[in-house]
Amino acid sequence: MTATLARRRPGRPDPGRAGFGPVLRAEWTKFRTVRGWVIAVIVAAVLTDLVGLFAAGQSQVSCGGGRSGAACVPPVPLGPAGEPVTDSFYFVRQPLTGNGRITVRVTSLTGRYGGGFGPAGPAGGPASPGAVAGSHIGVQPWSKAGIIIKQNTRPGSAYAAMMVTGGHGVRMQGDFTADIAGLPGAVSARAPRWLRLTRSGDTVTGYDSADGSHWTRVAAVTLAGLPATAWIGLFATSPAYVTATRSFGGTTGQIGPSLATGVFDHVSLSGVRRVRGDGAAGGTWRGDNVGNQDAFGPQTGELETWHRAGAGFTVTGSGDIAPQVPGGAGGNGGTIEDHLMGAFAGLIVVVVIGAMFMTAEYRRGLIRTTLAASPRRGRVLAAKAIVIAAVTFAAGLAAAVIAVAAGVRLSRDQGTFVFPVSWLTWLRVVAGTAALLAVAAVLALALGTMLRRSAAAVTAAIVAIVVPFILGVAEVLPAGAAGWLLRVTPAAAFAIQQSVPEYSQVTASYTPPTFFPLSPWAGFGVLCGYTALALGLAAWLLRRRDA
Amino acid sequence: MTTLSTRRPAFSAVHAEWTKLRTVPGPVWLLAATIVLTVAVSTAATAATRCPGGTCFADTTKLSLTGVVFGQAVVAILAVLAIGGEYSTGMIRTTLTAMPRRGGMLAAKAAVVTGPVLAAAAIAVAGCLLAGRLILPGNGFTAARGLSLADGPVLRAAAGSVLYLGLIALLSLGIATAVRDTAVAIGIVLGLLYLFPVVAAVAANPRWQRHLEQIGPATAGLQIEATTGLRSLPISPWAGLGVLAAWAAGALLAGGLALRWRDA
Repeated sequence: MTATLARRRPGRPDPGRAGFGPVLRAEWTKFRTVRGWVIAVIVAAVLTDLVGLFAAGQSQVSCGGGRSGAACVPPVPLGPAGEPVTDSFYFVRQPLTGNGRITVRVTSLTGRYGGGFGPAGPAGGPASPGAVAGSHIGVQPWSKAGIIIKQNTRPGSAYAAMMVTGGHGVRMQGDFTADIAGLPGAVSARAPRWLRLTRSGDTVTGYDSADGSHWTRVAAVTLAGLPATAWIGLFATSPAYVTATRSFGGTTGQIGPSLATGVFDHVSLSGVRRVRGDGAAGGTWRGDNVGNQDAFGPQTGELETWHRAGAGFTVTGSGDIAPQVPGGAGGNGGTIEDHLMGAFAGLIVVVVIGAMFMTAEYRRGLIRTTLAASPRRGRVLAAKAIVIAAVTFAAGLAAAVIAVAAGVRLSRDQGTFVFPVSWLTWLRVVAGTAALLAVAAVLALALGTMLRRSAAAVTAAIVAIVVPFILGVAEVLPAGAAGWLLRVTPAAAFAIQQSVPEYSQVTASYTPPTFFPLSPWAGFGVLCGYTALALGLAAWLLRRRDA
Repeated sequence: MTTLSTRRPAFSAVHAEWTKLRTVPGPVWLLAATIVLTVAVSTAATAATRCPGGTCFADTTKLSLTGVVFGQAVVAILAVLAIGGEYSTGMIRTTLTAMPRRGGMLAAKAAVVTGPVLAAAAIAVAGCLLAGRLILPGNGFTAARGLSLADGPVLRAAAGSVLYLGLIALLSLGIATAVRDTAVAIGIVLGLLYLFPVVAAVAANPRWQRHLEQIGPATAGLQIEATTGLRSLPISPWAGLGVLAAWAAGALLAGGLALRWRDA
């Protein structure tokens, strides 16, 4: 700074007007010439990677036949948009060429769950409900029965369906992620539901009705590239039942298979070429399992079946037609952000650097020189914030890219299924983690300016960001209180790492650290809000107080 | 100097350290902050927890002591500043001139810091349990009426929590002596206390998760608060506190050796 001042002409000695550039350069010089801080930034990055890889590390998965690692990962079907899906149901179907329409009346949806389903009925035949050992009567909220138009019988292919559900009324769903509500209320013989699907080109439109004469359009779903000949028919499926009880120190729960049985009549098809004279229902019906992944053992598969008595159809199925969710009923596996847990280690280091970047000036008395050279105090704070944010962002980005790229590859090689994400989400998670570190460092800088003491500033920043996360994740508190902690404290920012969305049509335990109560950017905004507040307060105090 | 020569050296060392701690306002405020923060967070946690139906199998003692997770951070600041403050002001050179036996000085400091911390911790823990006893029955935890120190496990949890905070002070003092800088020391201490639970909570491998909880100073030490489901704990309550004690002893040893071998 002395050199800059000496070069100035005598007529313009006011260093306060020297512009922002020199102040920024001075702060950058201060940072890069303190060896301890530069080493600490490198340590932060290395710790982020090491702790992250350690946390995500699995012992090699091994499976039968002497295979291990990636060879053990069962193939996970991907939906039309590339997301992992569960696609398993009982399908009573016939081919539909060109445009066409199916209409049915559903009079009943019943189900059974739990109990392991015991041995199947006598002589391997279809079991009657009474023959199932230890199971309970009841439908799951997302047990489904209805009509479907599907691209082919490969799991993950495009579809559109109208269905009655156990607890969510009539729905129209398509391509796994779309879910639109129709008539509310449960189905019964007294309150039957009429469902209709109409294919016109790539567009499938769903209608529902309570009486079969007054129809309401629910929605239209466009299935890109639906082939001329698709499958059309009746289906039933029921996701695993999950009961979770959250208590202190852990979540206890039960998970098990379930079955749903739908009863249909008034089945009418149009547009289906009649193969043989088969009455009003078009061609020949055939029933089979689609994508039975044997998730619940062979017994469930044996119980999935269909009957036809005159115009009435009874279809029993198990599984789900829905996106997969990490840790959900049908799915498990990891997420890319599992490999970023080392960011907590990096966070603690950058908080220490951020606080010291200011408190060291007070401790050594350098602050008086700094403010003499640049009397506009707000600018000094801004320059420091920019320098520390830029340095920690760069280090955090390098660390996060390595942690996710190397960690995901390692996990997949070892046989863990890692949920694939779009490149945009990948970028948001990685850059968001780096930005989180940068904003945390600025928060520590602001706290250091306000408190002027390293110990207090470092502790305040760490306790504000890390402890609510621990309390929210470690299941010390009940779910409601934990959810609020991750909404109102700076720990909300970890939502930026969430890579898999929640789906309201899938029952799962949507808990941190995989799912956060706030959306990614809103959560990150909470931390930014606190930081802006602290920075404003710090600037005000810096101006107001003697150095 | 007359006082020093007439009294036994161990006593005068403790007396000198006590005077240093007592005559600056910081430690008093930090002790008060420990109590207030611990009780306030515990009260908030108990007030936020409901048990509709009254059939929760919740560990009401552990819930009532939630604030200790926060209070330990303030205790860490206090202990780190007790020695780190001397290094940042240069006071350490005066101290070591007056007390050339460096190990004795550290022992005196440890005694002087731990005493008030234990006293404050006792008040804080009593406040937490009282709050739990008053609030929890109203939220449906009818069993919380039995939240009394006459109950063996509750007494163990309460006394253990006080000891826990004392050991956190010793751990922080040892680390601060070894690294000589308050910011770095507090970073290391809080890293040790908070990283283990975070990594353990998300570790993919359950076996490593359990090992992490067994060796982490905070995760193992806080098992002392558990009064239900003792069989499923990663480590038994007293053994857990022993792990923390080993960490504290190791840190003090490292600090003592560094103090002896290094220039101040």
